[in-house]
Amino acid sequence: MGLTYRSSGFGTNRTDFFRGSSTKADFVVALAGNPNTGKSTVFNALTGLKQHTGNWPGKTVLRAEGRYIYRGMVFKLVDLPGTYSLLAGSVEEQVAKDFLCFGKPDATVVVVDATCLERNLNLALQVLEITPRVVICVNLVDEARRKKIHLDIKSLAEELGVPAVATAARDGHGLDRLVSAVADVASGRIRTSPCVVRYSGAIEEAVLKIEPRIRELVGSEFSSRWLALRLLDGDRAVISAVNRWLAREEKAGRVTGGEILA
Amino acid sequence: MPDGIISLYDLPVGRSGVVSSIHADGLTRRRMMDLGLVPGTMVHALRHSPAGDPKAFKIRGAVIAFRREEAEKVLVEMREERD
Repeated sequence: MGLTYRSSGFGTNRTDFFRGSSTKADFVVALAGNPNTGKSTVFNALTGLKQHTGNWPGKTVLRAEGRYIYRGMVFKLVDLPGTYSLLAGSVEEQVAKDFLCFGKPDATVVVVDATCLERNLNLALQVLEITPRVVICVNLVDEARRKKIHLDIKSLAEELGVPAVATAARDGHGLDRLVSAVADVASGRIRTSPCVVRYSGAIEEAVLKIEPRIRELVGSEFSSRWLALRLLDGDRAVISAVNRWLAREEKAGRVTGGEILA
Repeated sequence: MPDGIISLYDLPVGRSGVVSSIHADGLTRRRMMDLGLVPGTMVHALRHSPAGDPKAFKIRGAVIAFRREEAEKVLVEMREERD
């Protein structure tokens, strides 16, 4: 982790609003998760591609894309780089965050490591702040079983308010249920009710003050709560990404009023 | 004897401590908290590299190495008993 723009080159993340290649897809599905949770294995198992999998950090710095067909619909799967967080600002986190926020995938699969669930849920909660259309893929359940870790997938899904599926992607176990859950969430057949992290009183008060103004600016396109939290966080990368987005909207002829004050 | 508060860097190998405060700021602080290093977290000192820097710690099921400058910014309350 900790790759910087300097070490990966300035060109790596130029296409932050880019929704993908020209070929048509009915739904765009993002694949996020901590490093080394088997995201690329899930990706390959679903798409039949042979994207490189390997056990070292930073392997997927750029996004990989593939396609699969389910119930007659084409799903484009975007494999995001592995990150522990969406907030610390390394290149991988920028790529993942920009895609989740501005790429507006129809569904996002958060792959979590069943053997290290507690630490993985940090990212899951951060993704839930950006988008409600999430499916939790609890991967490596075979390894967890070997380590005698008992998983209560049903309670996990209830607590998070989104579908959760247990998988062992290496053996293809559980992937059928995963694609079916993804299809339900992407098409809107399942309405999720993601759990919202509540912060301390002062922060919530500040969010309450600025969120309506943000909603005026960006509409319902993005999570205004999440943007409010990032502004309070002083996250310059998000502020400049929003400014670029607004500039782009203006160019496209849409009326947008006001400006973001940081 | 009450347990003393020491820096994570000074936690001897084989001993555990509970994080009491984090004095890093900015991205380092963010990164530490993303790794699950928040006040109340149990940390176990696993081993050090030959020069004593970095040191490896077990945090919430994952092994994480910290440089001296990072580990010194985390204060832990050492636990009496060995586990």
